[in-house]
Amino acid sequence: MPIDVDVAHVANLARLALSPEELDRYRQELGVILEHASRVQQVETSGIMPLSHPLGSGNVFRPDEPSPSLDREEVLEMAPESRDGFFVTPPALD
Amino acid sequence: MSPEPLSIVDAGAALRSGESTAVGLLASVLSRAEMTESELHCYLNLDREGASRAAASADEELERGVDRGALHGIPVAVKDNMCTRGLETTCSSQILSGYLPPYDATAVARLREAGAVIIGKTNLDEFAMGSSTENSAYGPTRNPWDTERVPGGSSGGSAAAVAAGSALGALGSDTGGSIRQPASLCGIVGMKPTYGLVSRYGLVAFASSLDQIGPLTRTVTDAAVLLAAVAGHDPADATSYSGPLPDFAAGLHAGVEGLKIGVVRELNGEGYQAEVSEATGDMLNRLSAQGAEVVEVSLPMFDVALSAYYLIAPAECSANLARFDGMRYGLSIKGPTAAATMAATRAEGFGPEVIRRILLGTYALSAGYFDAFYGQAQKVRSMLQSEFEAAYRKVDVLVSPASPTTAFRLGERTQDPLAMYLSDICTIPSNLSGHPAISVPISLDSKGLPIGFQVMAPALGEQVMFRVAAEVERLAGFGALPAPALAPPTRVPL
Amino acid sequence: MNWAPVIGIEVHVELDTASKMFCGCRVSFGDPPNTNVCPVCLALPGSLPVPNREAIERIIRLGLALNCRINPGSVFHRKNYYYADLPKNYQISQFDIPVCVDGWLDVESDEGSFRVGIERVHMEEDTGKSVHVGEGGRIHTAAETLVDFNRAGTPLVEIVSRPDLRSAADARAYTQELRAVVAETGVSDARMERGSVRFDANVSIRPPQSQKLGVKVEIKNMNSFRSLEKAIRAEVDRQVELVEAGEKVVMETRHWDESAGITHGMRTKEGSSDYRYFTEPDLAPMVFSESWVQEARSQIPELPARRRERYRHLGLNPGSARVLAGSEPDLRGLFEDAVESGAAPVPAANWVTGDITASLRRRNACLGDVPLHGEDLAALTAMVSQGRISARAARQVLEGVMDGEGSPTRVARARNLEQISDQAALEQVVEEVMSAHSQAVERYRSGEKKVRGFLVGQVMRATSGRADPRAVNQILSTRL
Repeated sequence: MPIDVDVAHVANLARLALSPEELDRYRQELGVILEHASRVQQVETSGIMPLSHPLGSGNVFRPDEPSPSLDREEVLEMAPESRDGFFVTPPALD
Repeated sequence: MSPEPLSIVDAGAALRSGESTAVGLLASVLSRAEMTESELHCYLNLDREGASRAAASADEELERGVDRGALHGIPVAVKDNMCTRGLETTCSSQILSGYLPPYDATAVARLREAGAVIIGKTNLDEFAMGSSTENSAYGPTRNPWDTERVPGGSSGGSAAAVAAGSALGALGSDTGGSIRQPASLCGIVGMKPTYGLVSRYGLVAFASSLDQIGPLTRTVTDAAVLLAAVAGHDPADATSYSGPLPDFAAGLHAGVEGLKIGVVRELNGEGYQAEVSEATGDMLNRLSAQGAEVVEVSLPMFDVALSAYYLIAPAECSANLARFDGMRYGLSIKGPTAAATMAATRAEGFGPEVIRRILLGTYALSAGYFDAFYGQAQKVRSMLQSEFEAAYRKVDVLVSPASPTTAFRLGERTQDPLAMYLSDICTIPSNLSGHPAISVPISLDSKGLPIGFQVMAPALGEQVMFRVAAEVERLAGFGALPAPALAPPTRVPL
Repeated sequence: MNWAPVIGIEVHVELDTASKMFCGCRVSFGDPPNTNVCPVCLALPGSLPVPNREAIERIIRLGLALNCRINPGSVFHRKNYYYADLPKNYQISQFDIPVCVDGWLDVESDEGSFRVGIERVHMEEDTGKSVHVGEGGRIHTAAETLVDFNRAGTPLVEIVSRPDLRSAADARAYTQELRAVVAETGVSDARMERGSVRFDANVSIRPPQSQKLGVKVEIKNMNSFRSLEKAIRAEVDRQVELVEAGEKVVMETRHWDESAGITHGMRTKEGSSDYRYFTEPDLAPMVFSESWVQEARSQIPELPARRRERYRHLGLNPGSARVLAGSEPDLRGLFEDAVESGAAPVPAANWVTGDITASLRRRNACLGDVPLHGEDLAALTAMVSQGRISARAARQVLEGVMDGEGSPTRVARARNLEQISDQAALEQVVEEVMSAHSQAVERYRSGEKKVRGFLVGQVMRATSGRADPRAVNQILSTRL
């Protein structure tokens, strides 16, 4: 059975402004995909440690040594808006 | 002018014998691109100027006796999800339209150091999410073997360019099969290295624990050569492998006698094109005839690998793609607040498949669902890796088809995400385990479409993987084929 | 009805490493905006984090100083939320396996001592800095926001206390003690005015006898001990008013408005605090060997609690021991050097926390700027206890030493401040004063005893204050 997802809530978490039609379409598609994906729940996994890193060692660090930063002009040139060396964004709260 | 495309190794020999120059090689590759691009659309961006400079410099160096090795003067293409300094890098997304990275990805920098000539940036499914290269905001790439069909994906541009001869080799990235599946569909060699072997620094992340950069080439030897140029420890990538590297090309032609080859039972049967299964079986017989011991191996977790993958990869992508918010670079659709700007920018800038996966991953990580979905998928991943390791204690390599079917038609699977996801069923397990795997073309189906054969090996088992792959290549006789014409090829191998 | 507050504090400490947590950009305060930024801390596509080893060593050291257990292994997580000054829109932080767990800190205040449990100490990265432009420069009324990413990616340690605090004053004492430990372990400059140490508080109230915790409210944006204390008071008052009006406290996050002296609701949408933590796939797990932890332990200097105890053993009273133990390291060093040079601990401590501190403040200087050393302080205290100078003169001697006029003896001599304790000379002066003020002598002898003070004063005046008052009194007694 397809899984019923509160897509509007998920879209809000993911910062995606979707139309009601889009939400409805994604809700249906996600339901089907998740139904397939939920097959993982049929696997008996008690006592199994989750795997986050496929391979590799532990303790990878860098020494505390400064390295050159980017040129500010180059950085701000990419920005939609900048002023006096700052990135300018719309206000944080409505 | 329609020059015969060469392998990297052949081109290198021609350069050193004076038969050709880097500038000449580039010209022939570019003329090939001119012939094919309007039909195939492998490239998002051909960097004629940069490539010309690099080629001239390569020639000038060779004249002075400076030889940077196997890739010196060789024209190669780079998938457009790897950063190239000052050269537009879009990931085939509107959200990065016009974006000029201020730095080179480590793999790109290593290509340059190796003297390679970077021709341009190849098309892909947006942010490498897809199996057909149809999810590109800049239009699909078509399969050189049949332009009504997809080249596979997500590295479809790289695969088609190499197949069509508009690059001698290319870099792709493989998160769930994005190198091997398009290589299979385009009749070339595509290889995903052991996780950590090639630095991911500068590869725009899709799913960090699965992504690996790897080569797409016309021959197995070329794959080893291209891999050697980009592999190796990078302090800028904390997941980069720091141990010694083997000589990937060594022992390539040692044959398979005495090797134990495991055939994965779960990667066959229902859902597999009959001709694909037959060609695979045929190749197994030939390997056996060459002295390999071929045994069937069962890895039950393969049946749920796809499910686990479609939770883990979207979960990681939901965070990796959060940075595209219209605040610092890229597309920005201004709203009344920062939050509204982000939401509008992201909804507008991402295509439907990317949005689908972000939603999927966000859901799988969200409160109340984490344990049942993402957490459970990680445990399945752990069990899958254990199964792999147990299998590799018994056999040297595992083999299977690289894709359950040959190239499908454009539009055939775009309305059914799940059907599209199933295209990667053979390739996904090695991404989950972090192990190396390669796709080698072995024959054509009745429609004249290439069939790929996958060789999987344990972690850092690239040598034995290449060795088996080279034998497969030799037995198939496919690598010697000229590049396919735009129309269905007239010459069928074997 | 009475209500008992229950308070837990989260303290964020910026480490002053040379480079950031996950990239090589400099950690530097006050540089022009967006000059210490790179692909990693700006979250440009394709960039990857690599953790700073020094930061990890520091958090281990701090955790040990806070009596924590160091987990044998630890991992980073991604904490997902969207904010314009969080470039990746996730913060690399820690979740279920932080570096340090289960510690405690003993705190001493005027009201007594108490122990605060430390739940965890974990490693994360700081955000960029937002300046809200518009009416009042406040977040609620801003028309736009200016963002500087110099701070983004600065190593940040979060220290989470258990809900062991029972008053705003306790919260203040705890954070002050914690700041001292942070400063003394050398993990951070701990400069409050730069925002190197910041506080969030979880506040709830319950009836005094109740063991059940009330609904907690998180208050954010406190950058000083004072604002922390004020914010907690205001929040407790708000909750009490609510409950007594028959309303319910709602679990939420509130913003402290320093100028208005109240907390504001953050108006965050429901569910937006679903952080979707998951293991950071870009970073390898960390493993802390026994030898690594031992090495970190060996680098912990003497901490305030231990020092207070030592000072009490030297004879200082608890208050004085607390003040001195909490003072700047150079001042404590002066005290220790003086004691080493033979000074009596109690007067030496009084000098350090009293006149010396005051004089430095007047001079707007630190100890390193003036030629005052332990042996000088020892000499000064000796001169006073031997009666060679008066307490008042001693202050002048101190100023002279700090002005660079030489050793205390030399200053006393040069400024003519040594007491006259030569019996014959003093007798001479007393004789002169008695004959000059014969009427006063008469009044004394007729029983007006308080006149004696006048006579002593005259002697002191005649000697410019250099006469030893005890000797003067003795002589007067025999003569009168």
